[in-house]
Amino acid sequence: MFEIAVPAELVAQVAPLEPFPNGVYRYAVGGLLVGLGAVVIYLGTGIAAGASTFLESTLSYVSEQSRFQQYRASRDWRVVFTLGIILGAAVYAVVWQGEAWTTDVQPWRLLVGGVLVGIGTRIGKGCTSGHGVCGVGSASKTSIVGVVTFLTVAIVTAQLVQAMGVSP
Amino acid sequence: MSRNRHPLFVPLILVGGLIFGFGLAFSHMARPEVVLDFLQFVDLGLVFVMFGAAVISGIAFAVMPRLRDRAPLTGDVYGRRLKAFDRNVLIGGAIFGVGWGLSGICPGAAYASLGIGNVTILWAFVGMFAGAYLQGRWRSQRPATETAATGAD
Repeated sequence: MFEIAVPAELVAQVAPLEPFPNGVYRYAVGGLLVGLGAVVIYLGTGIAAGASTFLESTLSYVSEQSRFQQYRASRDWRVVFTLGIILGAAVYAVVWQGEAWTTDVQPWRLLVGGVLVGIGTRIGKGCTSGHGVCGVGSASKTSIVGVVTFLTVAIVTAQLVQAMGVSP
Repeated sequence: MSRNRHPLFVPLILVGGLIFGFGLAFSHMARPEVVLDFLQFVDLGLVFVMFGAAVISGIAFAVMPRLRDRAPLTGDVYGRRLKAFDRNVLIGGAIFGVGWGLSGICPGAAYASLGIGNVTILWAFVGMFAGAYLQGRWRSQRPATETAATGAD
């Protein structure tokens, strides 16, 4: 019997045989909780919070640049929000994960990717939580365009990185 | 934002952050590998995370303004998250996309990643702060580029 010689990894890229190999429970429940966290803050304060503004607002403590100083009024609670995110994840890790988990993704990818994420979210007015959760939840055309833009570019980038054999 | 903050303001932000971060860890978005698996079409679970979260927040953004005018802890008017559309949304989105696709990290998930013990993610923290600083310096020196916004929302 003949087999068409298509590399297995190519098949997986084009059409995953199993789109959710780890099920959908963890993703759906986790997503609902992420939304709930944003909603709790919104109900109490009217603030539609995003995670990336913390980067700029926190820099206002150490830099006099006008771009950062515009976030003086919100910088304190944004630190609290971020500490909450870290602690909430730590609660999960202690109760369900058992031990500390560390990534195998290479440090240079995290560093260079981080620089681009830092520049891009701030120029682009939001990240996966600001645009992706609160903005899309607000049916904001700007946020939907933002999400489509970064999602498309990220998919192309990740596929190229994989095709070049960079792993992990 | 009101000047005299309600005593429950900071505790509420903390609780919201806790639930948000717990959700990111529970969904495994705090693991860059899982995000990269999504972008490389190995596991499409991230769709459920983003849509699930957006649906929940969308309900609140749609319903709350009809129920009450102002938020109890700040006195702020309930509104939606609307930002003006301009070229920067596309340029910044594309730069963010390259960074996200290269590393598998985004800001919220990176904070949560530190919470699950991923000390290696500190490389991403250094990168994100450096990137935010670079763009902040650049834009502090060219405030004129901020005025080109048009109200698309």
